[in-house]
Amino acid sequence: MNPPGRPSPQPPAPPEADAPADTGAGGTGDGPARGPAGAPHAPAGRRGSHRPARRRVPLILLVPATVTALFALLPLVYLVIRALERGPAFAWDVVAADRTAGLLSNSLRLTVVVVAATWVLGISLAWLTERTALPAPRLWAVLATLPLAVPSYVMSFSWLSAFPGVRGFAGAAIALSLACFPYVYLPVAAVLRGMDPAQEEAARSLGHGPWRTFRTVTLPQLRPAAAGGGLLVALYVMSDFGAVSLMRYDTFTRAIHTSYRASFDRTPAAALGCVLVLITVLLVVAERRTRGRARYARAGRGTARPPLRLPLGPWARAAATGWAGLVALAAVAFPVGTLCYWIAVGNSATWQPAALLETAWATVGVAAAGAALTVLLALPVAVIAARYRGGLARVLEQASFAGHALPGITVALAFVFLAVRYANPLYQEWPLLVIAYAALFLPLAVTAIRAAVLQAPESLEEAARSLGRGPLRTLREVTVPLAAPGIAAGAALTFVVIMKELPATLLLRPTGMETLATRLWTHTDNFAFAAAAPYALTLVLIAAVPSYLLGRHRS
Amino acid sequence: MTELRIRDLTVGYGEGRVLDGLDLDIPAGELTAVLGPSGCGKTTLLRVVAGFLRPEGGSVSVGGRTVAGPGVHLPPERRAVGIVAQEGALFPHLSVARNVAFGLTALRRPERAARAEEMLDLVGLGGLGDRMPHELSGGQQQRVALARALAPRPALVLLDEPFNALDSALRGGLRADVRSALRATGSTAVLVTHDQQEALSTADRIAVLRDGRVAQYGTPHEVYGRPADAWVAAFVGDAVVLPGRRLPGGAVATALGELTEAPAVPGDGPERCAAPGEHGTVILRPEQLRLSDPGSAATTGTVTEVCFYGHDALVTVTLDGGTSVDVRHPGSVTTAAGRRTGLTVHGPVVVRAGGPAGPAERGVPAARVPVAGGGA
Repeated sequence: MNPPGRPSPQPPAPPEADAPADTGAGGTGDGPARGPAGAPHAPAGRRGSHRPARRRVPLILLVPATVTALFALLPLVYLVIRALERGPAFAWDVVAADRTAGLLSNSLRLTVVVVAATWVLGISLAWLTERTALPAPRLWAVLATLPLAVPSYVMSFSWLSAFPGVRGFAGAAIALSLACFPYVYLPVAAVLRGMDPAQEEAARSLGHGPWRTFRTVTLPQLRPAAAGGGLLVALYVMSDFGAVSLMRYDTFTRAIHTSYRASFDRTPAAALGCVLVLITVLLVVAERRTRGRARYARAGRGTARPPLRLPLGPWARAAATGWAGLVALAAVAFPVGTLCYWIAVGNSATWQPAALLETAWATVGVAAAGAALTVLLALPVAVIAARYRGGLARVLEQASFAGHALPGITVALAFVFLAVRYANPLYQEWPLLVIAYAALFLPLAVTAIRAAVLQAPESLEEAARSLGRGPLRTLREVTVPLAAPGIAAGAALTFVVIMKELPATLLLRPTGMETLATRLWTHTDNFAFAAAAPYALTLVLIAAVPSYLLGRHRS
Repeated sequence: MTELRIRDLTVGYGEGRVLDGLDLDIPAGELTAVLGPSGCGKTTLLRVVAGFLRPEGGSVSVGGRTVAGPGVHLPPERRAVGIVAQEGALFPHLSVARNVAFGLTALRRPERAARAEEMLDLVGLGGLGDRMPHELSGGQQQRVALARALAPRPALVLLDEPFNALDSALRGGLRADVRSALRATGSTAVLVTHDQQEALSTADRIAVLRDGRVAQYGTPHEVYGRPADAWVAAFVGDAVVLPGRRLPGGAVATALGELTEAPAVPGDGPERCAAPGEHGTVILRPEQLRLSDPGSAATTGTVTEVCFYGHDALVTVTLDGGTSVDVRHPGSVTTAAGRRTGLTVHGPVVVRAGGPAGPAERGVPAARVPVAGGGA
């Protein structure tokens, strides 16, 4: 899972790099672009690198991409309008209540602790699996990815059902850290894997010891990946509803849900939702700031040698294996084990195969529809983001990332308002739920597809154009087939995330429709652990398949 | 007949101009090399002709049809301009035959297959149509890319440093094969390259590009034998560049003595030639200099460096006046640094207006430009 908008490494582009410059997928990171290169000379002549902004986006891409961007902005705009419906004073009163400050500090405290914990877990495991002679590194790599398949509320459920004492702040922090650390692990491991060993070797030959080399050369290069992963974790924690609710820890998101359920007047919920959006926007901005100006590129073409692995002595090996094992135990084996235990102790009253099958089927159906719509909407924006520069392309891409700053609960609120007012037949029907999923997870799909399109060399599209294909046919016959594996990975990722989604599903699902997530939530909320367990296990098992494939896809 | 006509082509704004009022006419049925150092704008030129870049000014016409100009910008797919990219750019998801047939949309299926096979035969890859691109070697991939570009019978084929990614052993053979394939199809082709050997040995004509303009345009013989200025001389091959003063009667006085000036040809504009009595730049090739016995020669100096290349050697000699010149010495060398030697000059030299310091300031890459006196 790539944090959206992380800059891909720029190809080294010294002013003389015209002739032998790379033709491959040039970096088109969306980092602060300062015009075409710094050099005044030959900006346009460098292939694979920045394109001049003069290339026009064909209408065939522009129109659907604009539709997507407007669609992505819709919930945000509507939320603001709705929050201010009864005047700014009223909204301010809701936001400025004493309770709000307390909730906010609860949310922020949790976020800080969980981000720190996921950094420790994610970076240490990434380093152990990629850079040391840890036995069976592939196995540990897969185990470190699998928590992606365990929704945070399932993690909460398993801890809570085993240790009813862990609740409140500690319980929420443990559950969220264990569920979220793959968001840090995956990008950091990818950077460690792709790093040129020559840089570390140079540091060693210049007299730095192994630890100092790690601190001064390796760690700084991990910073963008760790920050990007940390941002995803922070956004997840800020918008998490299930885990904190089960753990009975009062956060902002939970308060919005309560406020929405508590009264028919939904303006307070919208006003609180705006505050949540504001915080997530601040988080995104903060992460962009930490990126700094350095570009972490390899100075050379082709594939580098695989990085060296640090040999481990017997004690170090035991300690490393023990640490990796402990994390895998807590994050994968423990939740699965707890679920199996509850299924085993359950009786026929709690074990209803027919209901389970029906629910699983409904979940898969709605998640597949959501993933399909999301990918369809994301495709034109992702292609533009990968292939065109300039203000318009940037605006379209940024707009489609709006969902990134919109917690599930706020998107759900926005669509509730919209449907009730303007599209009543859609209210509490499944298409509305699918549409909300698309608005929520668009950034995920755009990021994945953009990366996939960047992998497909632009020279191939140019070859197709020079052989007589128009832009649309080039897209269909060359770009999409080439990017297909990446697009499929993006779709799989979106599918998993939709399956696990709880707050929007709770608010928007049609009356009577249950997904695995909502069943699980209802039962757990009533402490019916044995009844909840089959739904949780089914959810984890279905979600594990794409998660496992994603872990393999990356390595 | 002119196939590609470029007039006053400008790309980029103000200081950042990549192409700066470039004019070029390329005749039909010939292979023209566009040669220039990195950053001279040659790749930009190619992308403008292919339609991937929109120029700020000027016009491009292919086969008499304006494809880019004021108010005109034909998209790449409607230009009938084929392109062979640096690394082939074969579609990895299509077989070799389907790659070659990709541009043949106007034909029906059986004709398409027949044409693809015909093109593969032409580039010496008959029977390999069912392979996937990754199952071919780099040289074979480039041949397929050429076949693919030629299959729809384009008005013009652009070759973007197509031999760059190959190791030197493969290049020679592939160059010859590309030449013969282009000849067999009667194609008009433009080869973009920074490799002067490639341009000299492969092309019918060479356009040397500098700073977004054509510095010289002519046959390989003209460009090598009568370079437009010292910069072109040093970029296309090795050159000995000296200051000199024109004497009446076709002679020029230099540090190497009095040399004979080559007679002017119609292609040389008057602005390029120095007037009698004026100081100018004398250009000759290192193979025009021979080492001789120091006792009997009019010009003598000391050997300062010997670079041995196998088939010949480049010997640097510092003349007694302080000027350094390069001498190409065929076969094995018997001299060594520190020895005294004499020098004789064979054949006429080219004299151009202006001082010789220009090219060094322009930063000619990897070319030997001995600058007289060292203090210029």
